[in-house]
Amino acid sequence: MDRIIQLALSGIANGAIFALVALGFVLIYKSSDVINFAQGELLLIGAYLTYAMVEQFGLWWPAGVVVAVALAAVVGVLIEQLVLRPLIGEPAISVIMVTIGLSSLLRAIVGAIWGVTPRPAPQFLPTDTVTILGANVGVDRIWAFGLAIALFALLTLFFRFSREGIAMRAVADDQQAALSMGISVKKVWAVAWAIAAITAAVGGILLMSIFGGVSGTIGRVGLLVFPVVILGGLDSIPGAIIGGLIIGLLQSFAGGLLPPEWGLGEVAPFIILLFILLVRPYGLFGQRIIERV
Amino acid sequence: MLSLNNIEVIYNDVVLVLKGLSLEVPEGRIVALLGSNGAGKSTTLKAISGLLKPENGEVTDGEILFQGQPIHKKDAAEIVRMGIFQVMEGRRVFEHLTVEENLRAGAYTQPLGRFSEDLALVYNYFPRLKERRNQVAGFLSGGEQQMLAIGRALMAHPKLIMLDEPSLGLAPLLVAEIFEIIRRINREQGTTILLVEQNARLALESAHHAYIMENGRIVLDGSPADLKDNADVREFYLGLNEIGSRKSYREVKHYKRRKRWLS
Repeated sequence: MDRIIQLALSGIANGAIFALVALGFVLIYKSSDVINFAQGELLLIGAYLTYAMVEQFGLWWPAGVVVAVALAAVVGVLIEQLVLRPLIGEPAISVIMVTIGLSSLLRAIVGAIWGVTPRPAPQFLPTDTVTILGANVGVDRIWAFGLAIALFALLTLFFRFSREGIAMRAVADDQQAALSMGISVKKVWAVAWAIAAITAAVGGILLMSIFGGVSGTIGRVGLLVFPVVILGGLDSIPGAIIGGLIIGLLQSFAGGLLPPEWGLGEVAPFIILLFILLVRPYGLFGQRIIERV
Repeated sequence: MLSLNNIEVIYNDVVLVLKGLSLEVPEGRIVALLGSNGAGKSTTLKAISGLLKPENGEVTDGEILFQGQPIHKKDAAEIVRMGIFQVMEGRRVFEHLTVEENLRAGAYTQPLGRFSEDLALVYNYFPRLKERRNQVAGFLSGGEQQMLAIGRALMAHPKLIMLDEPSLGLAPLLVAEIFEIIRRINREQGTTILLVEQNARLALESAHHAYIMENGRIVLDGSPADLKDNADVREFYLGLNEIGSRKSYREVKHYKRRKRWLS
């Protein structure tokens, strides 16, 4: 029983991180119909920038994190402006190919700057454990979960009540109509990429702290964004959150309860991905167009 | 206030849609632009509001002046800020946003401090929107969506509202209600209105001046009273015969009467 609770709690914590990363993906897809295969590399960039700030430049870690997240946002906006802006109006498949290429390019740039061998990273989240319901849970996981929830709450407020947030949802709904009321679609895209880069960077930093090191594996977590968003619905923000938690739990249980030689922990999310595509391709919360009768 | 001089619009670098179109919209008036399907009415509005670019269209010749300033090179956001707001054909409300969020999106270019005052104004014109303020716009009826589309325009404080087929797909009673509100907005707010309609009778009743366009050109213009007396307009746009009674399709001649303005 303790083991199950422990697996559940660590699954939820991982799931919250997946959800953060998926959220950025969904935002980009909703506002500009771009399927961003380079989402995992945004994670990697966030983590390595933080590493550079804290370890290489010796900044106090909260300052380092803030600077790194800000820089990640700048990288996001630059990618949008330099790479995706010229592709407006091109077929979806070209855009997908470009984001796949972009992911290789970004990984190579990170490799060129920081090398490919894993490096130990600062663990700024506390590493001790607490006992919840009889299970030992790392405090860093609880922090990760709490931070993810706080970020979600902020973003929800942003989309409900701020002018830019409402403009972003308007663009997601009907781009031309949004344009007709003076909403700058280009600005909305830039904001979407900035937010995606920020959430991914925060996800990357949390993972770095949990792993105690930075390496290419952090970028691999970006792959898990696909099961998450397909499960939750490509264009649904609540779907990204719930999908993230479900995939986190699933991965944790499949890896912890089934015989380890099956190696299902890594694969289970993708089995779900296949299954969802077969039975419910728009996901749990994906938008089906509202039709008035 | 707004004048188009010899406008030429080309789509995809090859399709010539407007062929030297000129028209004039004086301040504080309602001007109607009539014409059949494919005449280029919507293209004219999009040329003015800067919405051609996303559709691969371009103003290649002529000029569009708004209060003396050329606007055909500006982008849509700038044009909205200058005070021109297009209510697009088919209402185009943001279906997954609530009524009030739609209105907030309309107020995007306006200072935040003015929002509640403007909201009250819109709810004054459209009390029904107030009842449904927290509903998702996709589930409103067609008439309510049209009201929302016009309300969204009012939120931006435009000097000129361009309405593209506000009667499209609505029941006659609702159409009458919406046209009454359009006239009130023109009277009470002093907003200039450029109205595109297929329903010629309705448009001629509301407008101070009307243009008729065909094949990308203006073929006729005048006061509604003059146009209502024009034999071609009566036959082709109002569906009346020479005596003025409703045309009977049983007696329609087999040859097509030639429009006199084409030659």
